[in-house]
Amino acid sequence: MGAESALKAAADLTDLRLRIARLERGGSIGWAGRAGQTRQHPAVLPFTIDALDRHLPEGGLSLRCLHEVAAAAPEVEHGAAASLFVAGLAARLRGPVLWVIEQRDLFAPGLAAAGLHPDRLIIAEAGRGEAGKLVLLVMEEGLRHRGLAAVVGEVHGRLGLTASRRLQLAAEAGGVTGFALRRVARGDDPVLSEANAAVTRWRISALPSAPVIPHAPDVPGLGRARWQVELLRCRGGEPSSWIMEAVDAAGRLGMAEAASAPSTARLQHRERRRDRIRQHPWAVG
Amino acid sequence: LDEAASLHQLSLWCLRYAPLVAPDPPDGLWIDITGCAHLANEEAALGADLLTRLEQRGFAARLAIADTPGAAHALARHGAEPCMIVPAGKGPEALARLPVAALRLPEPVLEALHRLGFETIASIIAAPRAPLMRRFGAILLHRLDQALGRMPESINPILPEMAIAKRLTFIEPLSTAEAFKLVITRLTRSITLMLDKAGLGARRLDLIFERVDGTIQALRIGTSRPSRDAAHLARLLAERLESVDPGPGVEAMRLMVSIAEPLAYAQVDALDEVASETIDLAALIDRLENRLGGNRLYRLAPVESDVPERTMRRVPPLAPHLSQTWPATLPRPVRLLSPPQPVMALAPLPDQPPVAFTWRRMRIRVRHADGPERIHGEWWRRDAESPAVRDYFRVEDEQGRRFWLFRRGDGVDPATGDLSWFLHGFF
Repeated sequence: MGAESALKAAADLTDLRLRIARLERGGSIGWAGRAGQTRQHPAVLPFTIDALDRHLPEGGLSLRCLHEVAAAAPEVEHGAAASLFVAGLAARLRGPVLWVIEQRDLFAPGLAAAGLHPDRLIIAEAGRGEAGKLVLLVMEEGLRHRGLAAVVGEVHGRLGLTASRRLQLAAEAGGVTGFALRRVARGDDPVLSEANAAVTRWRISALPSAPVIPHAPDVPGLGRARWQVELLRCRGGEPSSWIMEAVDAAGRLGMAEAASAPSTARLQHRERRRDRIRQHPWAVG
Repeated sequence: LDEAASLHQLSLWCLRYAPLVAPDPPDGLWIDITGCAHLANEEAALGADLLTRLEQRGFAARLAIADTPGAAHALARHGAEPCMIVPAGKGPEALARLPVAALRLPEPVLEALHRLGFETIASIIAAPRAPLMRRFGAILLHRLDQALGRMPESINPILPEMAIAKRLTFIEPLSTAEAFKLVITRLTRSITLMLDKAGLGARRLDLIFERVDGTIQALRIGTSRPSRDAAHLARLLAERLESVDPGPGVEAMRLMVSIAEPLAYAQVDALDEVASETIDLAALIDRLENRLGGNRLYRLAPVESDVPERTMRRVPPLAPHLSQTWPATLPRPVRLLSPPQPVMALAPLPDQPPVAFTWRRMRIRVRHADGPERIHGEWWRRDAESPAVRDYFRVEDEQGRRFWLFRRGDGVDPATGDLSWFLHGFF
C-alpha cells in the first residue's frame, strides 16, 4: 500500500507541475483544449529516460513550442549528432515533419535510421536569400499550421530575440513543435550565445563510444554511438548534462551504462532547488 | 492566313507559361511573364523549358527575356544567343550594342539612319533628341523610348474564353492593395461557386488587371491539389499582389480558372481525420510553393540502387504515401557530402579501415571502425563505372565523431579504382 500511495503522490506532483508550467507560459489551467481544433497534439514528449524526464519541469520535452539544438565544437558545421537528436524527437511525434534547409547535405536514409519515415518528411529548400531570413519565414508558416507534427529549421545565421519570439508565438498558435537546428561553421561563433526565446536550448556533441564487447577493446567494430547531451537553458528548470547513447531506430535515446549518473542526493538537492525557483523565480537570474 | 492561324494556335499553347500572351505577326510571340516565373523556379528555367518544348514541336525559336516588350523583341531577333536573359535594369546596356534595325522602324527611316551613319542603338541614344525628332519623325524616338522603358507599351493579349471566369468592372479606378484584396475576395467567392456547380477544383488561377491606360497586368497562382476553398485561393492571390503595378489605376479585374480538375464533394467536407489533415497540408504547401518557387518542396522516396547518392528520388510533397524506406541493415549517415571530398588516409592493408586520415588539414585518428561495405558500380549506367568498386567504412575518431569513408578500388584489380580515399558523410 505504501508504494501505491507514493506513486499517487508522484502523479499528483507531476500534474501540479504541469499546471504551474502552463500558467507560467500564460496558458490556461487544465488540458489546454483550444476550441475549434480538430487535431490535438499531446503537450509533452517524455524522453523515456528517467534521469532526463525527472529533470525537465514538465516531465519531458514540452511540445507546441520552440526548442534550439546546436552541435558542439569541433563538429559544429555538419552537426550530425545534433541532427540525429532532432530527427529522433521528430520521429517520435505523430504526423508529417517539415524540414527547412538552406544547404543540400541532409541525407534522408540517415534520418530514416533514426525512425523518421520518408513518407513523413517534407523538405523545403529555402535558399540563401534575404540573409537567411527565408528559413525563419518558412518555419513560421509551418509552425502556424496545425497539420504538422514538427518543423525543423536549419538556421545558419542569427536567431535573435525577436525572430525566436515570432517562432515561439507561431508554435503556440499552431500547436506545432519547432526545432531550430543551429548550423554555424565555428563552435565559438558569437551568434550561438545570443539570447533567444527558445523554451529549451540543447547542445549535443559526440563522445567516444564504448567498445562492442565491454572487456575486449581490441575487437573491431562499432558499438552504439555515445553523446554528451547538454541542456544549456530550460524555462522553469535548470541546466544539466548527461551522457547518453545515440538515438536508436525508433528515435529513442539510451542511458549510457556506467555513465556518471547524478547520485540520489544530488537529484534531491536539485528537486529542492527547483521548487525554490518555482516559489521565488525572481531570486534566480 | 494559314500562318496567322498557326501563330494564334501557338499563342494559345503558350498560355501554359503565363496568362498574357500576344501574337506578334508575322513570326513572333510576346509572353508577359511578370509575376509568373516563380512557378517555373526562375526565368532561366522557364526560357530553357519553352525553347526545348518548341523544338520538340518542330519550331526553330529564339527567345529573350527583358524588362520591356520592345527590348525583348529586339534581343530575340538580334541578340547574340538564341536564349537571351537580361537581368532587371540591364535592358539599356544590352540594347546599346544592337543595330538600329532592331528597333522595329519602317524601311525609309532605316535607310536614312544608315545614310547618316547611325549603326547601333548606342549611337542614337547618344545623339541629341531634338534633331533626331526633326529629321526622322516621332516614330524613331517613340520606338527607342518603348524599348528603354521610358514610355509604356502594352501588348494585346489573347484572352481565351475560359469556362470558369468572372470579371468585375469598377466605376472608380482602384489602386490600393486593400481594394484589390476586397475584389479578390468577391471574385474567388463567385469562382468557387461555379467550380462547386461543375464539381471541379482549381489547379491554376489567372487574375487579370485591366488598367485605365489600356495596359494589362496579370498574376498567376498554382495549387498542389484541386481546390475550391475561397479563403485559401484568395489568400494565395493576395500574397502575390506586390508583383502588380496598378499604375494610374485599375478599372476591371478578371479571374479565370485556367486549369481545373475534378474534385469530389466528399473531399471538401470530409470528417475523418486523415482527409482533413491532407487538405490542410495542401493549403500550407501551396503557400510555401508560391513563396519559394516551384520544385523547392518535396519528399524523398527510396530508389533501389547500390550507389548511395542514387538511393532516393524526389516526389511531390503530397504524393500518396509509399510505405517504403531504406534497408535498416545498411548504416547510412545523416549528412552526405556531395561530391565526396578527397582525404589523405593511412590504411595498413587494403581490406582494413584507415588508422588515421587528414581532412581539411586536420589529422583525425581513428579509434573504432566498421566495414568494409562493398559497393559496385552500376554497369548499366556508364561503361567507365562498370568495374568500379567502393569499400565503405564507418569510423569513429578519438572524440567520438563518426565519419563515413570509402576507398576506391578493391585493392587487387587496378581497374576497380586507384585506392584513393574519400569522406562521404557524417553520422
